[in-house]
Amino acid sequence: MADKQNHGIGGLKYDQSKTPWPPETGVFVALVLITVVFEVLNRMHGTSFLFNTRAAVDAIFNKPRLDIIILQVSITGIIALGATQVMVAGGIDLSAGSVVGATAMVAMSFAQTAMVNGHANPKALFGPWAMDLPAVDPILVGLACGMLAGMINGVLIAYTRIPPFIATLGMMLSARGAADWWSNGDPVSFPTQGYANLANGDVLKYLTFGLLSWPGENPAVLFIVLAILLSLVMKYTVYGKRCYAIGSNEAAARMSGINVDRHKVLVYTIAGMLTAAATIMLTSKNLSAQAGMGMMYELDAIAMAVIGGVSLNGGRGTILGTVLGALIFSVIISGFTSIRLDAYYQEMVKGAIIVGAVVLDQWRQRRNASRT
Amino acid sequence: MSEFVLETRGLSKHYGGVHALDDANFALRPGEHVAVVGDNGAGKSTFVRQITGVEQRTAGQIFFHGSEVHFSGPIAARDHGIETVFQNLALADDLDVPSNLFLGRELIKLRLGPFSILDRKSMRQQTEQALVKTAVKIPNLTSTIRNMSGGQRQCVAIARAAHFASKLIIMDEPTAALGVQETAQVENIIRGLKEQGVPLILISHNLRQVFDLVDRIVVFRRGRIVASLNREETDGNDIVSYITGVKGNEDAYV
Repeated sequence: MADKQNHGIGGLKYDQSKTPWPPETGVFVALVLITVVFEVLNRMHGTSFLFNTRAAVDAIFNKPRLDIIILQVSITGIIALGATQVMVAGGIDLSAGSVVGATAMVAMSFAQTAMVNGHANPKALFGPWAMDLPAVDPILVGLACGMLAGMINGVLIAYTRIPPFIATLGMMLSARGAADWWSNGDPVSFPTQGYANLANGDVLKYLTFGLLSWPGENPAVLFIVLAILLSLVMKYTVYGKRCYAIGSNEAAARMSGINVDRHKVLVYTIAGMLTAAATIMLTSKNLSAQAGMGMMYELDAIAMAVIGGVSLNGGRGTILGTVLGALIFSVIISGFTSIRLDAYYQEMVKGAIIVGAVVLDQWRQRRNASRT
Repeated sequence: MSEFVLETRGLSKHYGGVHALDDANFALRPGEHVAVVGDNGAGKSTFVRQITGVEQRTAGQIFFHGSEVHFSGPIAARDHGIETVFQNLALADDLDVPSNLFLGRELIKLRLGPFSILDRKSMRQQTEQALVKTAVKIPNLTSTIRNMSGGQRQCVAIARAAHFASKLIIMDEPTAALGVQETAQVENIIRGLKEQGVPLILISHNLRQVFDLVDRIVVFRRGRIVASLNREETDGNDIVSYITGVKGNEDAYV
């Protein structure tokens, strides 16, 4: 485009040098504002939210807090990445939390160690054949479990044409039932050292040959890596383009020759696999799996996406937005803890923030619509 | 090669007892622009839906470039080089202009199955070329269709059809919802297609537009083709007589 000003239809003028703000700007500003509010509240008590105040420690930032801010959302954050692409494609996934429970039980059953403190593993679910397997086995079993759940969701939604809400609601109940059935409600515990290291090790040190180190933060590392990867996929590949096209106008996508049904199966399958990856991190971190794991995670994940500007109507939203939404979520939790506010208040405020984010989004859409 | 681009013989569509389209014999010559006119419910859109495979015909035959075709859907028709601009625009609101132009047939830089990498640069360049070719002026290619006026959206839809259609373009009421200037813009695109020799079937209610643009006018009434008139041999009153049934109670063969 050579000329700076083009004349549109009806003599409309458009200044190319004036590009609109990226849609995530508002979320980022909100994140900064919330952080500043907690910093001020902390300062009033003579402490700091983000900065180091202990004389004994030589650091500018309060590193433990920064670490926890990322770590505490990295598991639901990974699920939120999957939820984002599902929502962009015009769907919704209510089953993620229950799939966490089912995947946790199944994966952990193949991660058990034979001997605990010199005694046979009291929680052993299977015979010796399933003991002390290399960590790659529970990883593959877990991913397959999430993949299967996601694929069932996708096939139901694409080929029976039932609403995603109903299909994933069914999976939500069934997967939780499967998790309970797996070990009659008993937790599955005592994983091998290799499996425990998945979340508690120091993958960053391993990958950078000791240059960087972030021990015990592997879930956060995985969250960041997957976020970057999925962000690129959504932006630069046919897969991402079709997610937006289907979420934006499914009839038009179908008319244009896009295999909408097959794409939907793929979208839900990938969401299931991301949920499984999060579950593997969660069970490895906790060294145990219970059937009740992941309760309400799906709603946290959807909330992060919505706060980050992903539209419930499909077609709009980015991975970056969801990551920022997840950070807002986390900063609020850490912020309340830092000013010693009860957990009850946290839940109440979380609810208000989700509703507020959607109200703000609706208002922004109406304003944009009235401007053009 | 046949002398006709498109020919239908005895094309009929019944919805239950309703004969929405009855024994339509129609032919389109290379490079010809034909308007399809008629009152509401006369069978114009039904006729187009049979040709583009959106619906399956009850009876009759369709020949495209001399060989009989059975389109299972609009995609099959598109694969034969027939592009349709539908009344309800087949655009994705949240995508930008290049993405909409290449919707469903994206250009690929690196083939990796569903995760193939898009060739965004080429798509953008070809979009600019397509817009230049059709003289469509869109201020900003990277903004989403949502923020565009009805006319701009229609121009994108038409530019898409014009860019990919090698053999035939069908437009169903392309200017029905547009203002004066936007209509003029669309009409200019249609004139450009005439110069390029791309055949066109235009459904329109606007007789002024029809007389301005096309070579031949086909009148539908109550599901039947009642007249096929060259532009020079007829006038507005004549056409209206056929549309309303004053003239032409016999079937016309094209």
